[in-house]
Amino acid sequence: MSTHVTTAAAGSLWEGGRSPYLTNSKKFGMWLFIISDALTFSAMLFAYTYSRVSNPNWPTPFHFSPSIIFSSVMTFALLTSSLTMVMAVHAMNQGNRAAAARWLMATMAAGATFVGLHLTEWMNLINHEHITALGNEWGVPLFGGTFFAITGLHMTHVVIGLIYLGIICQAVST
Amino acid sequence: MSAPTHSAHHAPQGFIRKYVFSLDHKVIGIQYYFLGLFSVFIGMALSLLMRFHMVNPEAKVSWFASLWHTAAAGGMMTPELYLSLMTMHGTIMVFFVLTTVPQSGFGNYFLPIQIGAEDMAFPVLNMMSFWTTFIALVVMIAAFFVQGGAPLSGWTAYPPLSAAGRITGPGEGMGQTLWITSIAIFCGASLMGAINFIATVVDLRCKGMRLMRMPLTCWTWLVTAILGLLGFAVLLAAGLLLILDRTVGTSFFIPGGLMISDQIITNHKGGSPLLWQHLFWFFGHPEVYIAILPGMGVTSHLLATFARKPVFGYKAMVYAILSIGFLGFLVWGHHMFMSGMNPYSAMAFSVLTMAIGVPSAIKTFNWIGTLWGGKIHFDTAMMFSLGFVSLFVTGGLSGIFLGQPALDLYFHDTYFVVGHFHMIMGVAAIFGMFAGTFYWFPKMFGRMMNETMGKIHFYATFIGVYMIFTPMHFVGMAGNPRRYSDFTNIEYLAGLMPVHKFMTHAAYFTAAVQILFLINLFWSLWKGPKAPMNPWNSTSLEWTIPSPPPFDNFAGVHPVVNHGPYEFSVPGAPTDFIMQTDPPSVTSEG
Repeated sequence: MSTHVTTAAAGSLWEGGRSPYLTNSKKFGMWLFIISDALTFSAMLFAYTYSRVSNPNWPTPFHFSPSIIFSSVMTFALLTSSLTMVMAVHAMNQGNRAAAARWLMATMAAGATFVGLHLTEWMNLINHEHITALGNEWGVPLFGGTFFAITGLHMTHVVIGLIYLGIICQAVST
Repeated sequence: MSAPTHSAHHAPQGFIRKYVFSLDHKVIGIQYYFLGLFSVFIGMALSLLMRFHMVNPEAKVSWFASLWHTAAAGGMMTPELYLSLMTMHGTIMVFFVLTTVPQSGFGNYFLPIQIGAEDMAFPVLNMMSFWTTFIALVVMIAAFFVQGGAPLSGWTAYPPLSAAGRITGPGEGMGQTLWITSIAIFCGASLMGAINFIATVVDLRCKGMRLMRMPLTCWTWLVTAILGLLGFAVLLAAGLLLILDRTVGTSFFIPGGLMISDQIITNHKGGSPLLWQHLFWFFGHPEVYIAILPGMGVTSHLLATFARKPVFGYKAMVYAILSIGFLGFLVWGHHMFMSGMNPYSAMAFSVLTMAIGVPSAIKTFNWIGTLWGGKIHFDTAMMFSLGFVSLFVTGGLSGIFLGQPALDLYFHDTYFVVGHFHMIMGVAAIFGMFAGTFYWFPKMFGRMMNETMGKIHFYATFIGVYMIFTPMHFVGMAGNPRRYSDFTNIEYLAGLMPVHKFMTHAAYFTAAVQILFLINLFWSLWKGPKAPMNPWNSTSLEWTIPSPPPFDNFAGVHPVVNHGPYEFSVPGAPTDFIMQTDPPSVTSEG
């Protein structure tokens, strides 16, 4: 850790790594949360893999078009929200609160687009393909179970993020 | 250097902000401590009921009937009630005592002070973490009062018993749903705490407090927080899937063609109970270290303080803590040797399990090395630390047997395992808490505890726990299965009944002795003699400030650390201890 001692603390008695008064704890805490969140989703995906491997007749009914294309659009919406978020942080670093608020709203719009598209996909699967969390016409109930559990948790994650961004946006614009 | 901006909150006014929804890490630490104290007595009462039932399975006790109308109709405990008591004993002890007190209780109170900070990195998150834990405890205890009572599936909640619903037993309806809901809430609380602890250690160390100058207690709290961050994240996922199985009706953990109570289960298929075991033990094994690591930290700290010697091999201790934490994530399979496992996987898990013996042995040798040639002060806090070393060795040795798949197949479902994990995870960790209580009570409450009562409590508890748990290894080797509520009608176990009676009486004795601890604790709270600033001549930062400390710990002063945490009996120094904040010139070391 002592390799970080170069800036304000150089030459002083401080040898405890980075000076405590220079680090943004909230940013670090958010990274720690992301690590734990990644572990939670890894466990969900492990459960999916485990279920799929242990059910030899796992159905694969969906083809590239339109399913994969549709979900690629959803992914694009989410990735765009990362970019707009980076722009929001950049604007805030420049001290431009109005621009930061606009970029935050753009981020929320992209996130909301994702949730909207996702709900459309869910409704389509439930109403037209007759897949629910409990069963489907191909017989392996976990085919729907894993899908709705993992994407449902992910949607919850995105919605909580939207609420959090809304609070931040409110604070930035006032 | 600019002033810190982290803990800009000021001393609160009014009872609610000061003592209930407090943001002060010291108040939150005390809240956690008393939550754990309440829980440990509930858990202990449940264990006494179990021990009573095991040796008096036919006894009719009138107040059982008034407590449990159906599960103990006529005053006689049903086997299902026994399993409920077992489940709730394990769950309350593991989550609300072993996870809560050493880390969230003592850690919350002393981590910021020992690294020279005014508070934790996120005081609001800290408060939310405690109250979330409190809600989890309320939901858990509520499981006793719903229809069917508390669940039967043990603290590990193995499916399909825990997943298939009411049909599998009386507690498996609402009781089990409340149980898993409580665990999911507890995961959230623990994640909040873990984030806070890690950020605090990384960001809030005072000037001069480099990582290798932190007391070993801080190292164990840091590594425990990392284990919690990774482990509880996975348990949360497992818990959510189990909730879905129970409430929505999915089949993550329930295989097809299951027959329960003469009924074929038709609405579930395709799931795997082994999936739960993998997810659970990926959390569950690190959880064992979550329980014991802070105890190791306290023991290392106290052995040095009361032997008036530096910790033998400080760096080796740090690396041992880190490697125990790392290896802890690679050995979950040793809980599943019995579940059906490829022998090659079992061998890999076994070798990795044995590897944990190396850092554990390093720690034990270093503890002995710390004591060697020291001027040992046998205060009660020190007695409990020595007791910790004894219990850690005893419980660790039986772990070497259980880590061998060939032996584990025989021992796994016997009392040998019960004896093993109670020694190492239960009682050793509890001894760490007792040591911490006697050592830090003067700082926390400004009064000294009674040493005479403390010594009597120590000797009686030490002898008591060995009388309870040593015979368990022998009845286990004799083939006595665990989790059975009644073995009076099993012929080959009849000869073991006198041993069980002995263990039950030892449990009554040990439990009774704990009342002495309660008396000492509460008597000292009000009537104990006033504590000086540094009653034990310790070196770490909490002993440089008044007992109890002011609201912002260092009264606006930012401490500067010039010394390592264990500079005892340094040649040429005026006293036999050098405070971490003493000027650098006291010794050539720095």
